Amino acid sequence: MKLTGAQILMKCLEREGVKHIFGYPGGVVLDIYDELARTPSIRHILVRHEQAAVHAADGYARASSQVGVALVTSGPGATNTVTGIASAYLDSIPIVVITGQVPTNLIGNDAFQEVDIVGITRPCTKHNYLVKDVKDLARTLHEAFHIARSGRPGPVLVDLPKDVSQASTVPKFPETVKIKSYNPTYHANPRQVARALDMILHAQRPVLYTGGGIVLSDSSEGLFKFATSLQIPVTSTLMGLGGFPGDHPLWMGMLGMHGTYCANMAVSQADVLIAVGARFDDRVTGKLSEFAPHAKIVHIDIDPSSISKNVKVDIPIVGDCKDTLDQLNELLEDKPVRDWTEVRRPWLDTVNEWSTTHPLTYTWDDKVIKPQFVVEKLYELTKGEAYITTEVGQNQMWAAQFYKFRHPRRLMTSGGLGVMGYGLPAAMGVQMAKPDDIVIDIAGDGSIQMNIQELITVVDNDLPVKIAILNNSFLGMVRQWQQLFYDRRYSATPMTAPDFVKLAEAYGAVGLRATKPEEVEPVIREALSTRRPVIMDFKVEPEECVMPMVPAGKAMHEMLLA
Amino acid sequence: MDPKMEPRHTIAIWVDNTPGVLSRVTGLFSGRGFNIESLCVAETMDPEVSRITIVSTGDEQITEQIIKQLHKLINTIRVVDLSEQEHVEREMVLVRVKAEDKSRAEVLRIADIFRCRVVDVSASTYTLEITGNHDKIRAVLDLLKNHGIQEVARTGTLAIQRSKKE
Ligand SMILES: Cc1ncc(C[n+]2csc(CCOP(=O)(O)OP(=O)(O)O)c2C)c(N)n1
Ligand SMILES: [Mg+2]
Repeated sequence: MKLTGAQILMKCLEREGVKHIFGYPGGVVLDIYDELARTPSIRHILVRHEQAAVHAADGYARASSQVGVALVTSGPGATNTVTGIASAYLDSIPIVVITGQVPTNLIGNDAFQEVDIVGITRPCTKHNYLVKDVKDLARTLHEAFHIARSGRPGPVLVDLPKDVSQASTVPKFPETVKIKSYNPTYHANPRQVARALDMILHAQRPVLYTGGGIVLSDSSEGLFKFATSLQIPVTSTLMGLGGFPGDHPLWMGMLGMHGTYCANMAVSQADVLIAVGARFDDRVTGKLSEFAPHAKIVHIDIDPSSISKNVKVDIPIVGDCKDTLDQLNELLEDKPVRDWTEVRRPWLDTVNEWSTTHPLTYTWDDKVIKPQFVVEKLYELTKGEAYITTEVGQNQMWAAQFYKFRHPRRLMTSGGLGVMGYGLPAAMGVQMAKPDDIVIDIAGDGSIQMNIQELITVVDNDLPVKIAILNNSFLGMVRQWQQLFYDRRYSATPMTAPDFVKLAEAYGAVGLRATKPEEVEPVIREALSTRRPVIMDFKVEPEECVMPMVPAGKAMHEMLLA
Repeated sequence: MDPKMEPRHTIAIWVDNTPGVLSRVTGLFSGRGFNIESLCVAETMDPEVSRITIVSTGDEQITEQIIKQLHKLINTIRVVDLSEQEHVEREMVLVRVKAEDKSRAEVLRIADIFRCRVVDVSASTYTLEITGNHDKIRAVLDLLKNHGIQEVARTGTLAIQRSKKE
């Protein structure tokens, strides 16, 4: 039977198991939206800005392990997606973005609402397509989903000209994907794995440094088994939080610029560093030449280009984190049994000493709310089980430091690109995927204003998203750098904001405010007790800094502690 | 450091012969700050596959990254660093050089020594076709420079592996 391009698109989405898409209509996607309205199996969430559609798809993908989907029109609709796509690219999040395009006969003519979105997004997508013939549509979409979710995941964009969605053909839906030039390596080379294990077994001061790859490959169980069997202390990047339980004795906290003293010291002193699904980003390593100076490095990653990109690696292992950890655990079973708690005692004693002498902390104040206290209370009152999204800045770092993530896929944050305005739309996506769970956007007063329009999307769709604004009346993180490195010259960082309580009410959400420490808990309790979306406006200490801090370009041991 | 001082690598890349692929490859070089000294591209015997030859400069780590990043492009089928193996390199250059009075004979002599072909002649110029590897081309151009080069067109380097000797 002949189907139009728009109909084929719907069939393809159904075949990929898509239940929700986030989007915004326009001229060249009219046919698609017309068809969408007749496709009851797919729910469309109408956002208020295309950037939000992409962040929502990103949050949805992280929480659900499914590919997130966004659908937008050509021109401005397409360009509005770029920030979201770039963020998903840097964080390796599987999403498919479908953009309408002007009809093929107008492409290249500077037609109304024409942009070369394939050209624009080439460097920030895993791959992208312009579909010029309706006969290629089904295969292209199947490839797009396959590429997005396989190997190192990432965003894929499919540009669909209006005449292609109108044209008809008898579609052939492929069952398999054959791309001769694309074949990610999942199974790690067993010889390399054995070499790595040997090195690890002989280590005196081993450290596991894990990243988003642990979360993306669902390998926290394998990590847990490996770390606990050999009693190796664990640290992770921002993206890796929740990959190892944040309340476990072997957990050292996050490493890097705002990592714990313990984690950074342990890496500086390690003799073997086992990097799993992490990429030695500059926010993690600080001054490269002094990063883990005593360590032999084992690096496990599915993306060969991540290995030896920033640091020289002694044992590179290309493969899926899960496969590799399973292999390591299996090999370990055949090794002679040793009392690892005993073997590891001196090293773990040292590590514990670092964490007890320099814990993550802040000075309590009776009169002013400390932002860290708000996050601690959120953790306590949700028993560490909430889905947390963050904005960017101090709020993001405090969320990472003081919410002890115990499960993977519970923290959604724009880690690589650091997009202010990510948190609210991402929370929307997470709540679509997890309708019965608590979803909280830990926000800053600056960031929340970047995509605040989505509050109405949340209200419209009865999503009980909670927004906790750590309102310091500053672009706090930038101000922190001015405070520390620019003699407190606060250029363009004092920030005004609307009355968030009234704003919440205007949108039809609940608005709550706390100005004193004793009001924090009641406000959170009230917010958690309602099924409605809530903004909690916490007026916090304006000049609080995120500590510890390794100043940019400095070595880890040069960190500022307070 | 002067990029010219870093080792040159001749990299052969087989890619899907589809629109936009070349821009993916060159975009990768510019986006990541890799250097391109020359680039050639044309169809292979299989019309669905193109072969790109890129000469790039950079230390070992950069070259390793270039190759890995090229591999990562979905349309890349194969990448080989030919500099790592026995290979033959050729570039073709068309050069119009001033040749008046006594330098006419001298230019012809240079052309002869380096087995260049004269492809066009005027009263005051010769146009030569030079084929050879990087070093030879540089040597000829250096010599011709003394006579005054009016215009040069170069293909960029092409390269192929030598067959294995049994
Ligand atoms: C879209 C975007 N623009 C600018 C920045 C630079 N930036 C990083 S943190 C920050 C301040 C964020 O302020 P706020 O949301 O109030 O968070 P706070 O640090 O105060 O918790 C800015 C401007 C960014 N990360 N993203
Ligand atoms: Mg702020």
